[in-house]
Parts: sequence; structure tokens; C-alpha cells
Amino acid sequence: MAKTLTLEIVTPDKMVLKEEVDYVGAPGINGEFGVLPNHIPFLSALGIGSLYYKLNGKKYYVFIAGGFAEVSPAKVTVLAEVAEKAEDIDLERARRAQDRAEQRTKQQQEKQEYAMVQAALTRALHRMKCRQTAIGEGTCRA
Amino acid sequence: MASLRDIQNKIVGVKKTKQITKAMNMVASAKLRGAQSRIERFRPYADKFNDILIDLASRADASVHPLLERREEILTIGVVLVTSDKGLCGSFNANLCNAALKLAKQKEAEGKTVKFICIGKKGRDFIRKTKFELVAQYPENMTNFDFQLASEAGDIVINGYLSAQFDEVHIVYGKFVNIAKQEATTAQVLPAETAESADASGASSEYLFEPSVEGLLAELLPRYVKVQMYRGLLDTSASEHAARMSAMDNATKNCDEMVGSLTLVYNKARQASITTQLMDIVGGAEALKG
Repeated sequence: MAKTLTLEIVTPDKMVLKEEVDYVGAPGINGEFGVLPNHIPFLSALGIGSLYYKLNGKKYYVFIAGGFAEVSPAKVTVLAEVAEKAEDIDLERARRAQDRAEQRTKQQQEKQEYAMVQAALTRALHRMKCRQTAIGEGTCRA
Repeated sequence: MASLRDIQNKIVGVKKTKQITKAMNMVASAKLRGAQSRIERFRPYADKFNDILIDLASRADASVHPLLERREEILTIGVVLVTSDKGLCGSFNANLCNAALKLAKQKEAEGKTVKFICIGKKGRDFIRKTKFELVAQYPENMTNFDFQLASEAGDIVINGYLSAQFDEVHIVYGKFVNIAKQEATTAQVLPAETAESADASGASSEYLFEPSVEGLLAELLPRYVKVQMYRGLLDTSASEHAARMSAMDNATKNCDEMVGSLTLVYNKARQASITTQLMDIVGGAEALKG
């Protein structure tokens, strides 16, 4: 019986993370789900939000946008389109993206553009939230 | 025999060519480093992606998604040909074009229509000269591309497939094996190839899906096509630089050799002219003595 989980987060650009962890909480497309070691095999699409894992009682956060996660008893593989560790998130940039998106929501838009702007806004907000939660947990420098 | 001045000019010319090939070699090796690290960082993602997709597809019936379904009657074949934009990289592009042409001829002999989608200028120029139809082309993109390009080309492939413009899609690209070895590789993109004999142990074990298998497939399959395309692009770009590096390395060596042999010719010519001059002087002196 596995006592820990191997968490692997891979994006098209690089391997973001590979670590032995105690617990993983991920933003599934149908709501958040938690994974402990010896979880039943499971495959889920991921939404936009914060993924966190517990290691030695501390919670670490990673921002995730799109992709999916495969869970096996001793391993969680996350294939995300975008993944950023809380400490790598650029708050300034996220804030600018938020401003830009909010500006554009005020203008008249096509349906498709509206969806794009909304998605950008959601990403920006979740990025900031992810980093702030991590700072709150003390696993990321302010 | 060429005059001394001619030979000297030629030596200077070859030396200048050598400078250029040497510089190109260094540029290619610098670019290769970037391209190589890109493909190496992308491969884990692509491999994992394929594993999961194959696993998933083996659990579902092929009829759940049109991109998985094998068509009974295959009339048109789409070939995505990925080449570089620029030449001077040895036989790299020629190999890719020949591989594509071979595939096209083979399919044509089976009575199928072949249509091309070309990414990279060299392949486009080559296919233009053949009788095959060119559906879409992306020249001048290979020097600087990102996932967006793979995405655009992928959309064309997917839409073409769904609208029955293609019944099968293949990709021809230069697989980057290592610096000294690049292979023209052909792979089937659509219908997505799934392992026919899914390992029984995996299939029988309980597995949860969220949302349903069908929902996941609908999301993953289009992305799978794009991942395949992107991989082809990255591989080709790394291979291109590697091929150019070795081609330029060879060219530099050839220049060295040529300078060597030209110098020899030059020295021979110089000696010959000195000898003739001496003979003239001696002859003249003899005549004066007379």
C-alpha cells in the first residue's frame, strides 16, 4: 500500500513539478476533488483554478488552467495547458490582465469574444487568488 | 593553365565562403540548442497525453467519437508535410519531400486521392510542382512558431476530416533522433490510432471518469491532433538545425580541402612561371655570350 502519492504536473513547455505528497486537491471540471494515496483509478478533465497538495502538514498551491488529471493508486499525473506554482505567479501581470479584461467587458462584443474575455478574466482572478491563498498558508513568500 | 591571379582570386573566394559556412554552422548550433530543449521539454507531455488517450479510447467504442471512427471507404488522404522554410541544410528537406511523395504515390496507386497541407516553404514549393492538390499552406512560419500554428493547422485537419474532405490524415515530419541523425517519419494522425489489444488488466479494473468517457474524448481528441502536429513541428525544427549544422560543418571542411588543393595548384603555377622566366634569362645570357 502506497503511503504517499507522486504528483507530476506537466505542461507543453516543461515539467512543472514532480514531488512525493500526502494529498492532492484539484479543480475538476465538475467541482473540486481530493485524492489520497490508494485512490481508485480516476480520470478527470480540469477547469481553471488552484490545485493544492499537502506535504508535511503544509499546503502548497499551483495555478492550473485546462487539461486533465489521471489518478492511479500511487500517482497523480496532471497534464495542464497552463500550470504555475504560486511562487512563480506574477501578480502584477495578473492584475493588468484583469484590468484589461474588465475594460473590454464594458464594450460591445461578439459572443465568441465575450467568452474569450470572460475566460481571461477568470484566469487572472484565479491566478491572484491562488497566490494569495498560498501566501496566507505561508508556503509562498509575499 | 589559369593565371596566378585567377587562382589567387579563387582562393580568396573559397576562404570567404568558408567564413560564411562557419558562421552558419555556429548560428545553427545555437538555434539547435533552443529547439532541442523545446522538443525535449514537450516530449514528456506528448507521451503522457498519448498514453492517456490510448487508454481512454480502448475503453470506449470507436463509434463514440467521429475522430476515432475508422471509415469503411477511404477515398481521400490528407498528408501534412512539415519541412523547413530555408534551405542549406543538406538533403533534409529533400528526404522529407521524397518520403511524402512516396506515400502519396503509394496511396494513389491504391486508387485514392491525395491532398496536401504544407507547413514550411520548402515542402510547399515542392508539392506545387507535383500534380497533388494543396489544401492549405503555412510558409514562412517555421523560424518562429508556437502552439498557435499547430492549433490552426490542426483545426484545418479536424474540420477537413469531419466534413469528409479527408478520410485519413497522415503527417510527414523530420524526427529528431540526435544531432547526427534525423529521420523522415510518417505517422497517422486521424483516425486516432488506438491500441487494438488494450491490456485486459487495465480495461477490467474499475476506473472513474469525470465527465463521461465520451465527454473526455470529445475534449481530448481535437487536442490530441494538435499535440501531434506540434510535436511534428518541434521535431522538424530541431532536425532542421541539426541537419544544417552538419551540412555547414561538411561545407567548411570541403572549403579547407579546396583551399589546400588550390594552394598546391597555385604553387605549381608559380614555380612553373619562375622556371620559364629563368629559362628566358639563361637563354638570353647564352645568346649575348654567343
